[in-house]
Amino acid sequence: MNGEVRDLAVDTRTTLLDALREHLQLTGSKKGCDHGQCGACTVMVDGRRIYSCLTLAVMHEGDEVTTIEGLGQPGNLHPMQAAFVKHDGYQCGYCTPGQICASVAMLEEIKAGMPSHATADLTAAPRLTPEEIRERMSGNICRCGAYSNIVDAITEVAGRQA
Amino acid sequence: MKFDTPATTNPIDQLKVVGKPVDRIDGPLKTTGMAPYAYERHDVAPDQAYGHVLGAGIGKGRIAAMDTAVAKAAPGVLAVLTTLDMPRLEKGQMNTAFLFGGADIQHYHQAIAVVVAETFEQARDAAAMIQVRYVREPGRFDLAAEAPNAKLTSADSGEGSGAAHEERIGDFEAAFAQAPVTLDATYTTPDESHAMMEPHATIAAWEGDRLTVWTSNQMVAWGRRDLAKTLGIPAEKVRLDSPFVGGGFGGKLFLRADAVLAALGARTAGRPVKLALARPLMANNTTHRPATIQRIRIGAGRDGRITAIAHESLSGDLPDGQPETAVSQTKLLYAGANRLTAMRLAVLDLPEGNAMRAPGEAPGLMTLEVAMDEMAERLEMDPVEFRILNDTQEDPEHPGRRFSQRQLVRCLREGAERFGWNRRAAKPGGHREGRWLVGMGVAAGFRNNLVMASGARVRLDGGGGVTVETDMTDIGTGSYTIIAQTAAEMMGVPLEKVAVRLGDSSFPVSAGSGGQWGGNSSTAGVYAACMKLREAVAQRLGVNSAEASFVDGEVRAGNRVAPLGQAAGVDGLVAEDRIEYGDLAKRYQQSTFAGHFVEVGVDAATGETRVRRMLAVCAAGRILNPKSARSQVIGAMTMGVGAALMEELAVDKRHGFFVNHDLAGYEVPVHADIPHQDVVFLDEVDPISSPMKAKGVGELGICGVGAAVANAIHNATGVRVRDYPITLDKLLDRLPEVA
Ligand code: FES
Ligand code: FES
Repeated sequence: MNGEVRDLAVDTRTTLLDALREHLQLTGSKKGCDHGQCGACTVMVDGRRIYSCLTLAVMHEGDEVTTIEGLGQPGNLHPMQAAFVKHDGYQCGYCTPGQICASVAMLEEIKAGMPSHATADLTAAPRLTPEEIRERMSGNICRCGAYSNIVDAITEVAGRQA
Repeated sequence: MKFDTPATTNPIDQLKVVGKPVDRIDGPLKTTGMAPYAYERHDVAPDQAYGHVLGAGIGKGRIAAMDTAVAKAAPGVLAVLTTLDMPRLEKGQMNTAFLFGGADIQHYHQAIAVVVAETFEQARDAAAMIQVRYVREPGRFDLAAEAPNAKLTSADSGEGSGAAHEERIGDFEAAFAQAPVTLDATYTTPDESHAMMEPHATIAAWEGDRLTVWTSNQMVAWGRRDLAKTLGIPAEKVRLDSPFVGGGFGGKLFLRADAVLAALGARTAGRPVKLALARPLMANNTTHRPATIQRIRIGAGRDGRITAIAHESLSGDLPDGQPETAVSQTKLLYAGANRLTAMRLAVLDLPEGNAMRAPGEAPGLMTLEVAMDEMAERLEMDPVEFRILNDTQEDPEHPGRRFSQRQLVRCLREGAERFGWNRRAAKPGGHREGRWLVGMGVAAGFRNNLVMASGARVRLDGGGGVTVETDMTDIGTGSYTIIAQTAAEMMGVPLEKVAVRLGDSSFPVSAGSGGQWGGNSSTAGVYAACMKLREAVAQRLGVNSAEASFVDGEVRAGNRVAPLGQAAGVDGLVAEDRIEYGDLAKRYQQSTFAGHFVEVGVDAATGETRVRRMLAVCAAGRILNPKSARSQVIGAMTMGVGAALMEELAVDKRHGFFVNHDLAGYEVPVHADIPHQDVVFLDEVDPISSPMKAKGVGELGICGVGAAVANAIHNATGVRVRDYPITLDKLLDRLPEVA
């Protein structure tokens, strides 16, 4: 868990999301739907983004889980968190941890050459276009509608990385 | 402080902090997951148990019996409370549907039980074990079918829009009959769901007869009052805390079942209880924007001047409910001597219809602004020019009554210029790019500006720090930040020196977040409190407050200079005040305006619509923080795209419920649906509105967007769709031949 080993005894029905929020009291990961429909619960497991409400905690023994709390803290923001603040990539903030976790993992997917629906040439390295970012981030709903700003934030971080 | 004469020069006009696009002060908390939302307050009460709410499985009728034996015996269960265990609870002042108690079912997914257990999984599981025997009754679920039974009904949305049941100016029928160019069209808008990302959630804890709820509510004082009323306890015994709200859009204006059942569950179980409404329960258990059927008639001379305009709207709601005030903007937006507006309300047995972002104007402009486009087409006029020609600088129903500010024409002109409107093909279907039919659309945005009394307390400490306390909420609007900017400007300190505490009912009652009144009104309340604090500081320092200036953490008067903190002493200095309003809002019409421009591509083969560009030019008074204000507008534009293209609660007319009641079935815009969005704020200050000279923007941004999208689709394809949402099935068989 964010670099630490944590021992937990949970109900077999407990989702990874509830293990985080209720058992570990890491409430940065949000529950918007509990049904894999919104992305608010996005965390990274072994570096890959995942809807933590759609997976049971007991399936993750030994896995490395990174949540928004593991990315950065106030005063020590991850570059993506800082870019979201700078570009106002949020409003109510409820989808935000999920958007940030998803965008950090998503940039790695592009780096690794994974194609998306928006990738025209499946054999070439995917390019970092706004269309690619929008397509790949579409599993994270923001009802406040901060999309335009979120894409600006991600683009800035991606530019810096490249 | 009473605000009853137009504002003159005041400390806000320095604009050292106010008006600057500063980052939100709560940004680091929100981006790191540290901002505490209602369900997440592990620290506020020990030993919290979990609640799960069960909703009714019928649309109308009553419960004959409930068997809870198995549920009660299930592992971990602490309490099972059903609606049969108590008589119908009294309704909150703002509620239409009853929230709990008694055997009668008014609507689908009405709360009928709460299960409290040691864990979330146990509570949810046990709730599924409750056996319910219903007696179904026939219900009225079809708005169009109920139209003949609808009654003329006046209403005020309470959010800035309202209309008499029927209003007539001049002789509409005669003028319409004589007009050489006319339109008579009927449009429909569907039921819509707020679908805010944070579900309704509450933690409730009792200490003796005192109740505290940590909840997610836009209007703290309303929530507290109505929770007390519903539970039958004095309001003084209730504390409500709502410092972070994960979206509301009107869906969290009122007391809902989560707070009531957390409180009742906690009382029954003898433990603090936390619960959230499950996502699939929300659309039917809570409120929604009601569907409308709207008829619009416009008559104009060949010169394009409107001579007759009528807007009639039909909507439905539960008994004692209200109509959607969709005709409201038509009373004020365009000139024309002969006018008619009317609203009809049908009784329906669907869930409660109520305010959603820009109630009234949002669905009203979705139709009016398409009708204007249709008229422009009939007149063979440019739709921008047609609107400008029919602009009015006074309230058309009350000649002589001026708008405090009205820059609609500039919004449209500047928008057209920036958007490249001159590149729009006048003839629909005239612009093709490969598989895409491309079109541009325009619509006027209009939303009234409401002002609401609002209080705040400000505290100065010895270090020159200022703390603001008010029960105002931040629902993503940026309240924390603009309140801090206001206090910093008033007290002459940097932003970092201001702490803002919101959402607690023990703080002074504020305007709350609704009807786009929150930003202007709550900061005006902070202004009033700061004025009082400035007086107190001056008095402590023995200087004349009129001569004192508050700059860079110092108070300067004549040749005296003292650090601000010096006035605080060891105990600090506290001032509290409230802004109240005189009759300026009566004497002047206060409204906000926008020009919305949209470009779409419609797939010539599939009819799929993609929004390619969006621009809003807004005139909404002083913009307190251009960064967060822009976010409000782009968010509203996004919701406007949803309304135009995809959002619709599908009604099961046999059983009486919204079928697509989760985020998989109720589609809202995602990243891939939204292009880069441009927002321009015209330079405007409105001294009639408040000492802040600001107005609201949070709802203006959605007003007109849907119509601009619809008009762009028409321009692209030549197909006019009058029934929202404009999904591809409504275009498919009418698309131009593919070459
Ligand atoms: S909470 Fe997991 S996808 Fe919505
Ligand atoms: S910031 Fe509110 S849902 Fe995205």
